[in-house]
Amino acid sequence: MRMMMALIACGFILYGTVRGEMEIVWNKAVHICLECIGLG
Amino acid sequence: MKVKHWVKRKLLQFIAFGCANPHVSNLPTGRLYGGKWKQFCNPGLNCYSCPAARFACPVGAMQAVSGSMDFKFSFYAAGMLLAFGVILGRAVCGWLCPFGLFQELLHKIPSPKAGLKKCFLWIKYVVLVVFVLLLPILATNYMGMGKPAFCQYICPAGTLEGGLLLLGTHPELRQTIGPLFGLKAGILIGVILGSIFIYRFFCRVLCPLGAIYGFMNRFSMCHLEVDPRRCVSCGACHKACRMEVDPVKKPDSMECIRCGDCVQACPKDAIYVGFRGKAGNKQSAAGNGRASLVKKRKENHV
Repeated sequence: MRMMMALIACGFILYGTVRGEMEIVWNKAVHICLECIGLG
Repeated sequence: MKVKHWVKRKLLQFIAFGCANPHVSNLPTGRLYGGKWKQFCNPGLNCYSCPAARFACPVGAMQAVSGSMDFKFSFYAAGMLLAFGVILGRAVCGWLCPFGLFQELLHKIPSPKAGLKKCFLWIKYVVLVVFVLLLPILATNYMGMGKPAFCQYICPAGTLEGGLLLLGTHPELRQTIGPLFGLKAGILIGVILGSIFIYRFFCRVLCPLGAIYGFMNRFSMCHLEVDPRRCVSCGACHKACRMEVDPVKKPDSMECIRCGDCVQACPKDAIYVGFRGKAGNKQSAAGNGRASLVKKRKENHV
């Protein structure tokens, strides 16, 4: 079960990376997001 | 010289805090770090809007992707959480989470301490499902973009590390203070007061990361074992646990943060927390012995 979950985790990270999710995360994280901190 | 367990843990917690927030020079200017590390998720709760933060918050990352126009679920953030969970489980909360450390320090303020009713422990699962998973997908604007509902309405780490710090360095942002920030400030004050009286109040009641890692506790490589041959069912471990877990009854409890306080409290050295079983491959033996231990303890109480 542990092995299977580790493989699923790797698969998810790989798939997410390939479809460009890391860029969305980076883009959100490097700019001040007013709604993220309860402002605006 | 043997370093005390609590010193080791506190040291690692401070190191993890430092690794998550190394850009202290950004604090006076309020400029966010914009390097490549920001695309990777921090294992614990640490706001990416904090000027000192190096990594992205996993909860924020999850909502950012699922609330975007292109995707409805973040495989990347889910995979990161799953990976951290499989390796460490809730040891992330006990050893690596910056906001966990903040709450532990608050709990050191001298005051009457209280326990927590079990019914409150379920709130964090509702928060995870409703605010982190559903609302960013369902509550969308005309462009199909969802809101980061947990960050926007609840997260006290964001209010403290992001909101308050940025308000201090960006005077123009003060014009945007409204009822929403009032709500978040109220939650932050509630969490601070709660953490003074109740050990890790936020982790146990509201934290969606605690909910995810708690679920992963039963699968994680870092685990807790009780050696049934050594355990005398004295209950010292249960008394020592500030998360109010009984390690003998529930070694895989979703509330156990693997802090190791029970290991230190055990007079018979019967409890082990780590990646390899101290009692050899005794997980099955521990499983078999658990029922007899619980029975033995009941007999002792009678």
